[in-house]
Order: sequence, then structure tokens, then C-alpha cells
Amino acid sequence: MRAVTWQGRHKISVETVPDPEIVNPRDAILRITSTAICGSDLHLYDGYIPGMRAGDIVGHEFMGEVIDVGARSTLKKGQRVVVPFTISCGQCFFCEKQQYSACDNSNPSETRDASELLMGHAMGGAFGYAHLTGGYAGGQAEYVRIPYSDVGPVIIPDDLPDDDVLFLSDILPTGWHAAVNADIEPGDTVAIWGCGPVGLFTIQSALLLGAGRVIAIDHFPARLALARQLGAEILDYTQVEVREALDEMTGGLGPDACIDCVGMESHGFTPDNVLDQVKAQFYSVTERPHALRQAILACRKGGRISIPGVYGGFADKFPLGQLMEKGLTVKSGQTPVQKYSGQLLTMIQDGKFDMTSLVSHHASLEDAADMYRHWHGEQNDYTKIILKPGLAKGTVQTRREVEHVDA
Amino acid sequence: MHMSGFTDRVADRLTGRAAPDHLSLAAVGAGLAAAGLGLAVWRRRRRTEQDDKIATDAPHWTLDKPAARAMFGKSVLINKPRDALFAAWQVERFPEFMENVVAVEALGGGTARWTIKAPLGREVHLVNSITESIEDRSISWQSEPESEIANSGEVRFVDAPAGRGTYVTLILAYDPPGGRIGRLGAKLLQREPEVQARRDLHRFKQLMETGEVTSNASPSARASESPVEPHI
Repeated sequence: MRAVTWQGRHKISVETVPDPEIVNPRDAILRITSTAICGSDLHLYDGYIPGMRAGDIVGHEFMGEVIDVGARSTLKKGQRVVVPFTISCGQCFFCEKQQYSACDNSNPSETRDASELLMGHAMGGAFGYAHLTGGYAGGQAEYVRIPYSDVGPVIIPDDLPDDDVLFLSDILPTGWHAAVNADIEPGDTVAIWGCGPVGLFTIQSALLLGAGRVIAIDHFPARLALARQLGAEILDYTQVEVREALDEMTGGLGPDACIDCVGMESHGFTPDNVLDQVKAQFYSVTERPHALRQAILACRKGGRISIPGVYGGFADKFPLGQLMEKGLTVKSGQTPVQKYSGQLLTMIQDGKFDMTSLVSHHASLEDAADMYRHWHGEQNDYTKIILKPGLAKGTVQTRREVEHVDA
Repeated sequence: MHMSGFTDRVADRLTGRAAPDHLSLAAVGAGLAAAGLGLAVWRRRRRTEQDDKIATDAPHWTLDKPAARAMFGKSVLINKPRDALFAAWQVERFPEFMENVVAVEALGGGTARWTIKAPLGREVHLVNSITESIEDRSISWQSEPESEIANSGEVRFVDAPAGRGTYVTLILAYDPPGGRIGRLGAKLLQREPEVQARRDLHRFKQLMETGEVTSNASPSARASESPVEPHI
């Protein structure tokens, strides 16, 4: 089959590799129909996530048709499913507590040692995201093997098109989880750093969960425009001192909850970020947590910090005293996708979410290397890319063309 | 207290000059650090001597103490009742989850001959006898003289709190062939008993909880790998 592979920093190539096969009784094999490139794939692209090996198949946002099942899979051939990016057994201590992303069985014996060494405890398994999370092949490919297929995959009714449900794999539940973790109370002001795909779903989720007001922070005009379209007030941090603006918009209190949808590769020309950039060039740090530092300083006393943004290791210049003295509550973690799948599918069917405005491009799987380059370098124009194995090489549809087709 | 005033005065005493130079300040600093370190070592030694008789609640295999044999223990929480796990810990089922075990041959009377993968594609043979087996609680063993590696061990099953299942602990002591260096070499080759036992214990957990041994077997663009074999 054809698959998108990571070959090194800023090196992505589409290669011909062996097809996946059923290995365990609970497995299923999917033929991929749609697969998206995630913001967190850029951390792999930039070489900041430890434990990648040249030749790894990437991609953790995908859906497709079941074409083969093991003896104990509950799926049936021909079903359309969306697959959570987290691989979860459903039967360990963590899965029973619905902390699916912490599954204690999905990271196999061969890869969990390194994960345990770096994190203290082995991380749960995930598709296409380095060997610290299990070394599983990802779904930016024609086919993929799904372990524990009786637990994760969400069966999709035939009347829902791929684009409406694909993001159940990661960014919708991640945005929802980010807002849930912010413990929003009715009327709260919620500030959200980053208007990428996760930030845009966090905006929608925060409003659905009762926020009175959402203030979104970014610097790309197209992304800020999407945030405003979804109901947020917007701040372009190149035009304004963000903390001053947030204070002035909240009578000096600061936002009740602050959500970091940026993660380890903050943009912004500030002294702390410039120093982080320099250190990152020499690989003496992996984290550039400017957005998180700012969120902690901006948050009101006794407020909540939610961190869906991905971080990889140790950070410095972390405002720990500010966190403590202000009495902030921090919640974080990879999303326990399976906990939210059913509820969010129903909400999609009820029209609660705008699932498609953020999609800027549909492209052939064969053009993945180009698409990664655009996704990395042109973040204003490329707000979300969906790869289709079925499209011929060179076929790229932009947002405007798709809108035109829909009309 | 004003620190620079203090250091100035110390420096004055030492050098007889009004203003300290950086070298003498550094010397004072180094002297203070050395004295502090000496004091800390002395106090720690005194405390260790005094505390010898104070008991600890740490499991014995976690304590740093010199021993003739390499010893380690590893515990995992398994979300199953104690009796079910004890019943599943059967020699016949070991090859299902012990990746390094080639064969286990029962010799009768609780003695078994084990064939185990060793570094560099070799095999090693162990002859172990069960010395004690307590229903639903523990199994202990000791090697026989003809065993190629002298070893002893125990597997324990203890109820975990709050209905969480069972803590399963594997404790193993053995004489590493080639001593410490040999052990390090075997670790690097991923064929050291501690590495193998830890991974096997996790495979036992996977098998008991999920009904299968977790595998990351999947395609990659690496020609050396098969899509049906697990990889590192």
C-alpha cells in the first residue's frame, strides 16, 4: 500500500510499504477514506518529539471502511468508522475510570520501557505518534490495523459525509475535553490561546458549556476570522499587549479560565520566546511554552488552566510561584477520546458544531509531502488539510472550491 | 543581614585589605562549600549508624543493599481477582506471555527444566524446583545445582485496595554470568533476566486483562521489519 512516512526533521515522503494484517483477535483492518494532518504532526515534522524512527507511518486522525476483522472484533466488514487517536484496551484500571488515553495495556512491552524512563510511567498507545506511545503505524495511508477494535471505533451512519465526522478522531474531542477541563461556570470569561483546529473546537465547546464570553488569541488573520465567525472575541497579539487587554476586558480580574491550545512551539517575539527559540536550536530545550506562561500570568486568582496543547519534556522559566500564589487549578492530558465519542456524534447530528468551516484544503495522499510543507509554513492559508487516498496525485481543492461545489 | 557587607568583612580578615578581590572571595566560597559538604557527610553517616534499627515499610527488593546476587522485583496492578490470576500462572501457559521462554519441561515433583533465550542467539537451561506454593497467594522457587544459572524467586498475589484487582509481584535473584559486566552486556542486548521478566509480567497483565498480548505489529518503510512482528 501507499503510506505517508516520517524520514527525519522536515522530511516526509509517500512510500510503498507492506499492507497491515490482523495480528490479534480483537483487531480490525480499515481502508482509509479520509485522514487529516494534525497540528501535533508539526511537532513530529519539526523533530521535537522524541522516539521517532525513520520510516514510521504517521497520522492519527482518520476514518474508513472496515475490510477485515479478527475473531473477537465487534465490527463488521463494510461498516464506516472513525477511529480515536488513542489506543485503549477498555479493561485496565485507567480505561474503567474512562481515562482512556492513560490505558496501561496499549503501549506494548517492547516500547514502554523508554516511555517509562522519560515520563515516569508508560504513556498510553496512540496511532502514528512516535515509539514512546507504542510505535503503531498511523492512518495517513491506504490501510491501517486497529487494535482493540471493539472499544475505540465509532460507527458512522451512512447519511453523514466524511468531513462532518472525521474530526471525532481527535480535534473535536480534544477541544471539548479542553473546555470540560476548564470547569466552566455559567457566564465565565474563557481565554483561549491558539486558533488552530483544536482552538476553534475549544471555542465552540466553551460556548456550548456555558461560557458567557470567549476571547481567542492568535496572530494569523484567517484563523482569527474563523474564531470570530464561531462566536469568539479576538485578540491579535501583534497589535496588543495580551495581558493588559484581558485585564481591561474583565474589570481587572483576568479570565476565569485560560486554555493553552498552542503547546510546545509558541510563536511571538517576546524575550522569553526568543531565548526558548535559541535554546531549541541547540536542542537544549524542547519546550517553548510562551503561551502557557502568559496564560498563567493572565488567569484570575483562583482560576483554572486547561492545557490541551502538546508538550514533550522539561520546560524552564516556568511561572511556578505565580501558579501557586494565585491558587490556580491545572488540568491537562491527552484526550480520553472514547469517553466523549457517543455524546459528540449525537451533538454533530443535532447540528451543534460547525465541522467544516476550518477545512481549507482537500488533497491527494500522494501530495502529503507538499501539504506538510504548506501546513508548516503557511498557517494563515492552510487552516486544516484533509488527505484522501482516493484522489489522484496533484488534485488539491481549496476552501473556496469546496464551497463552490457544495453550493 | 547585608550579604556583601558580610563577605567584605570576611575577605578583609583573610586578606588584610579593605576591598576583596574576586579570587579570595572564590576561595572563601570554596572553603565554605567544602566545610558544608564535610558536615553533611558526617551528619549523614552518624544518622545512618543511629537509624540502623529503625524498620522501613519499603518492599525489601527496593532497598539499596549490597548482595552477592543480582536481585530485583517488579509489581503490576492487574484488574482481575487474585484466585483467577493464581490459577492462570501455570507452567503450560508461560510460553503465551513469556517471550524469552522457549520451552518448559516438567520433571515431576515441582521441578522443571527451562530453556530460555540468552544474548547473541544462544540458549540457557535452568532447572528450578518449587520450594513453597501457597494457594492464591504465592509461589517460591530455588534452582537445582545442575541449573546453568543459580537463581531463586517468588511470585506474589496480593489483593489491591478498593476493588482494583490484584498486585502481582515478581521477585528474582540470580548469579549473572560474567558478573556485573556480563549483566550490563545482556541488558544492552535486551536479553537480561530483569528486562525480560519485567516485560513478561506486563505481557501477563495484558493477557489477563484484554485476552491478548498487546502488539504494535504494523507496517513501516523499514525493510528489516515485518507487519506481523512487534518492533522496538
